[in-house]
Amino acid sequence: MIHLSDVRKAFNQGKSNEFWALKGIDLSVKAGKVTVFRGPSGSGKTTLLTLVGCLARPTSGRVRLRDRDISGLPERFLTDIRRSTFGFVFQQFNLLKGISALENVMIPAYPLGRDRKDLARRAHELMESLDIHAKAQSNAEWLSGGEAQRVAIARALINDPEVVIADEPTANLDSERSRQFLGIVEALKASGKTVLMTSHDPLVCDTAVVDHVVSLRDGQLVEAR
Amino acid sequence: MSPWVHKQRNLLDFTLSSLSRRKGKTLGMMVVYTAIVFVLASVMLFSHAIRREAAVVLAKSPEVLVQRMVAGRHDLIPARHLEAVKGIRGVQSAEGRLWGYLFDPAAVANYTLMVPTNPRIEPGKVVIGDAVVRARSADPGDLMSFRAHDGALVQFRVDKTISRESALVSADLFLVSEEDFRRLFGIAPGLFTDLAISVRNPREVVKIAEKIDAALPDTRIILRDEILRTYESVFDWREGMLLVLLAGSILAFAIFSWEKASGLSAEEKREIGILKAVGWETSDVIRLKMLEGMVVSLSAFLVGYLLAYLHVFYFGAGLFEPVLKGWAVLYPKYKLTPFVDELQVATLFFFTVFPYTIATVVPIWRAAIVDPDTVMR
Repeated sequence: MIHLSDVRKAFNQGKSNEFWALKGIDLSVKAGKVTVFRGPSGSGKTTLLTLVGCLARPTSGRVRLRDRDISGLPERFLTDIRRSTFGFVFQQFNLLKGISALENVMIPAYPLGRDRKDLARRAHELMESLDIHAKAQSNAEWLSGGEAQRVAIARALINDPEVVIADEPTANLDSERSRQFLGIVEALKASGKTVLMTSHDPLVCDTAVVDHVVSLRDGQLVEAR
Repeated sequence: MSPWVHKQRNLLDFTLSSLSRRKGKTLGMMVVYTAIVFVLASVMLFSHAIRREAAVVLAKSPEVLVQRMVAGRHDLIPARHLEAVKGIRGVQSAEGRLWGYLFDPAAVANYTLMVPTNPRIEPGKVVIGDAVVRARSADPGDLMSFRAHDGALVQFRVDKTISRESALVSADLFLVSEEDFRRLFGIAPGLFTDLAISVRNPREVVKIAEKIDAALPDTRIILRDEILRTYESVFDWREGMLLVLLAGSILAFAIFSWEKASGLSAEEKREIGILKAVGWETSDVIRLKMLEGMVVSLSAFLVGYLLAYLHVFYFGAGLFEPVLKGWAVLYPKYKLTPFVDELQVATLFFFTVFPYTIATVVPIWRAAIVDPDTVMR
C-alpha cells in the first residue's frame, strides 16, 4: 500500500547544524497489517512516520501511496490525502484543552463540511465503541492518560481513514492500559485498517497482533521481519 | 444544506467554543473595545444629531438679517431702514425684531429676551423657557421682578412655559411684550434690534443681500446659510477637540489590541500545529482565527454602538453634554431626534473592526504556515 524507495530526510539542510534523520530507507507497508517501527531515541522512526503520514515531505527519494507518488505534492494536496487516508494518535495525544472530549473527536471533520448532527452521532458511536462515552462532555484536560488516548483514537477514526498512525502509543501508559490499547489495535486490524506505530516497548513489538517490525538505527533500516 | 454552509457553521461553532476557552482574554478585549466604540460613537452621534437639529431649526428662520453697525459694533436699527428694505424688489416681507439679553442676579444666569409678533404677549406677562423655569422654580401665575435700565422695578406674571421639546433653542427664552421690552431697556419707539427679511425666490437671496447692502451702507447682512455654516464649524470644532482628547485612549487601545490580538501564545501555536496535523488546511486555520477576531470586534462594535445610541438619544449624552452643547449657564434639557448616518457608521466600522481583524490575521498566517509535523517533534 505504501512504498518508500531511497527516502532521505535532512533537517536544517545547508546550515552548520544540518542533520540527516533518515539515510536511504526502502520499505513497503502492506494494507490491513500492523507494522511497528522500532528503534532507540533518535533512530528516525518518528520522522519516518511523518513522511508516511504526509505530515512532511522527504528531502530525496520517493513515497508512493498505492500507485501515486506523493513525495513532491504541494501542501494542499498532502493535507487532502492526510485527512482522508490517515488518522493520527500522537505521543502526547495533543487534545485541545478547554473543550469537550466530544468536540476534540469532531475537529478533523470540520473542514470537510459534514452535517453537524451526523458528525456528532458518528463521534458518539466511536466513543461508545472505545468505552469512553461517559467522558464525552468532559474537558480534555480532566481526562486520565488512558482516557485521553482513547479520545485521541476516536479523533483519529472520525474521518474513517484507511491507515491509523500512532507515535509511541504506550509511552505514557501503564501495562494494563497498554494491553487495553493493543486490544483496540486488534479491533482496528479486524475492521480492515492498516496500523503503523513507532515504539520501543517490548510489550508492543512482541505482541501477536503486530505483523511486521521494522528496526531502525541512526536513520537506517537495520532489520525488517 | 451544502457542505460549504456546514463547513462555515462548524467553523463558527468551533470559533465560539475557542473564544469561550480564553474567557479572561476575550472578555477583557471586548470590554475595552466596546468602551472605545461607545465613546467614539457617542461623540459622532451627538454632534451629528445636534448639527441636524440646528439645521432643522434654522430652516424656519428668516433668510436674511440686517443689523446696523456703528463704529464696528451692532447698534439699534431705525424704522426708516425697514421701509427702505420693503421697497427692494424681491423682498417678500420684512419686520423689525426686538431681542436682547437680561442678567438675572437671582439665578446668576442670562436670559434671552424676545418680543414675538405672533402670538403677541400682553403687557405685564411673560412666557419662559424650560431652563428659566428650572432656574427660578417658576410656575404659571408666579411673579418675576427685574430692574429696568433706569432702576425702576418691572414686574412680570408668568403666563405659560415653553415645552421641553424645543429646549435646544428655547431653554433660556423670556418672551415679553413690545411695551415691556422697550421699558426694560429704554429703547425708544421706532428703533429695533435688527430686521428679519424673507425673500420670494430663494435663489435671489444673495442678489437681494447685495441690494440691501448697497441701499443701507451702515448695515451688515447675515444670511441664514452663513449662520448654518457657523453652527457647523462650532460643532465640528467641539467634536474635533473632544476627539483629540480621546486620541490618547484610542492610541492606547490600538497598542492594547495589537498586543492582545497579535501575540500568539505558545499554547495557541501548538493548537494551530494540531489542527494542521489532523487535516486542517492553512486557509481553514486562518479563516478560524479571522472569525475569532470578527466575532470579538463585531460584537464589541454592535454593543458599543447600541450603548452609544441609548446614551445619546435616551439618556441625554450625560458624559459629553457640557463639552458638546456649549458653555452657557442654562443648559437646555431635551432629547435629540434619533438620527444615524450610514457613512458615519461605515467610517467607525472601518476604523475599529477592520484594523483589529487585520492585526489578528498577520501573526496567525505566520503560525499557520508552519509544517504540520512540528507536533510530532
